Amino acid sequence: MNLWKQPFLWATLLVILVFALIPIVTGSAALREDWLLILLYLVLASSINIIMGYTGYVSFGHIVYFGIGGYVAFFLIQQAGMHLVFATLIGGLVAVLIAVLIGMPVLRLRGAYFALATIGINEAMRNFVANFEPFGGSVGMFFNYEVYTAYGGAKDALWLAYYGMVVVALAVVATSFFVKKSKFGLGLMAIREDQDVAQVLGIDPARHKVTAYAISAFFPALAGALFFFKNGVIEPGPAFLLHRSIEGLVMVMLGGYGTVLGPIVGAFVYERLRSFLITNPTFSSFHLFIAGLLLLLIVLFVTAGVVGWLRQKSPTLRRVLE
Amino acid sequence: MNIEALLASSIDGLMLGFVYGLAAMGLTLIFGVMKVINLGHGPIIALGMFIVYLVATQLGLNPYLGLVIALLLGLAFGIVVYFLAVHRVINAPELTTLLATFSVNLMIIGVGTVVFTTTPRALAIDLGTWQSGVITVLGTKAVAVVIAVIVTGALYAFLYRTRVGKSIRAVANNRAAAELMGINSTWVLALSFGIGTMLAMISGGLLATLFSFTILSGGIYELKSFVIVVLGGLGNPTGALVGGIVLGLLEGITTIFIPVGWVPVIEYVVFVLIILVRPTGLLGAR
Repeated sequence: MNLWKQPFLWATLLVILVFALIPIVTGSAALREDWLLILLYLVLASSINIIMGYTGYVSFGHIVYFGIGGYVAFFLIQQAGMHLVFATLIGGLVAVLIAVLIGMPVLRLRGAYFALATIGINEAMRNFVANFEPFGGSVGMFFNYEVYTAYGGAKDALWLAYYGMVVVALAVVATSFFVKKSKFGLGLMAIREDQDVAQVLGIDPARHKVTAYAISAFFPALAGALFFFKNGVIEPGPAFLLHRSIEGLVMVMLGGYGTVLGPIVGAFVYERLRSFLITNPTFSSFHLFIAGLLLLLIVLFVTAGVVGWLRQKSPTLRRVLE
Repeated sequence: MNIEALLASSIDGLMLGFVYGLAAMGLTLIFGVMKVINLGHGPIIALGMFIVYLVATQLGLNPYLGLVIALLLGLAFGIVVYFLAVHRVINAPELTTLLATFSVNLMIIGVGTVVFTTTPRALAIDLGTWQSGVITVLGTKAVAVVIAVIVTGALYAFLYRTRVGKSIRAVANNRAAAELMGINSTWVLALSFGIGTMLAMISGGLLATLFSFTILSGGIYELKSFVIVVLGGLGNPTGALVGGIVLGLLEGITTIFIPVGWVPVIEYVVFVLIILVRPTGLLGAR
């Protein structure tokens, strides 16, 4: 594949980068917090899309890798004084390792059984961490202020976490694009359509699925490491929040599952809508209700999501939008 | 190892198991009939708790009368939810129905947190205790078990002895064939969803007589229901009751040997292992 002849990829990366630069240029901490959250959701939604949208396996408890990455990195930074970058990467690798070990047996399950198993894994992990004393048990862990001095103070450390999130977001979008365009990605989509037929055509379903699952575990783990470094505190509840996992699924559905652009659009729209509803005095109490209603309407009437719908409507857009 | 303590917590766990089993039966009935995993189950359990609570505190009636109201409202509510959220996507892939029922979950929680807030509530019901040695049985728990058994019996009589119950089993077995026999499958599906919801509400109502709760409490029992349903086999009501008792016993007994905090870890690990090794459940056919 000629990298220079992929205008869609470059345009998408450029748009994300331009938006991500807004807080950096203006130096606004409030905008940075907003965009950190949007990029975090983007990473989560795009990763879920690789296993759910391309491969057809609905990972309901995908947030488990966000929590694992967060915990491993937090532990290394706090206990071993490791630098954020290395701790984040190790957090990501540990998540990949666990995803491979869990994925090998669990990805043999199909449909509802797989979805239920992933919920069980997340809950088991949350309860395990809540009892695991080295990770601080149910109260979790927190940083002393000195941790941030290695990065030139708390202010610089927070910006460093933000830069990290931008890099992870760009990396996940590029990965999502290349996976979709590759032979490997075609194999995943064949499995999604009909696993048995795919197998007859010479695709090794087990290897394809485990690889896709490992990729989709890596990026949320990186995002988790950066997010909890920024927060300075990590607890089992927020780290393994099943709710956030399902919000990720909502974003994928909203944008259009199985497309590269869909999760990006979904993450942006969902986060903006959510913060609008929460900060709006009229709707703040009802934001969950509205989110639920929105989800129901999408599921019932616009199953393909925003991007999927646009692709159905116009042949030109179908060629352009991935 | 104290044999009396073991006996005491087994009895306690066993009794809770019946109430857990009731909620799980609702979940498994819905799955068995229409292959839908109802992610709105937890908030529905919580609604059952609040119906009983409101009947007791606002109307000043006996909380056990609230169960009857929960039963009727549950049935009606389930049928409404079926037509609004499930009917249109009944033949769609699992993801769609999972998300559709989850949207119901969000809506109930959304409205519930506004109306009821998340302040813990509790009903003060004292039906006395029955004591023998170290074994203490709360009156409320004993009544909850009796009611759970009656409801289970009634469900069985309904499913096996009545014409409507038989059509539910026929649709669960083979929807297309049932339709060819002249069964209106839409109404049977709606009714099954209503009955499943009703069971969840009754179970919630019974739990409200035992423990304090908030609108978010249903989540814990929903996850317990998943564990039970998988223990007993998806779609198998008898399995759900047995699974409930197994889970209750497991919770009661393990707390003696290990710290309480580790019990859920064991529950979920067992849950995942059973899905992997025997997805049809411990009782189900291979």
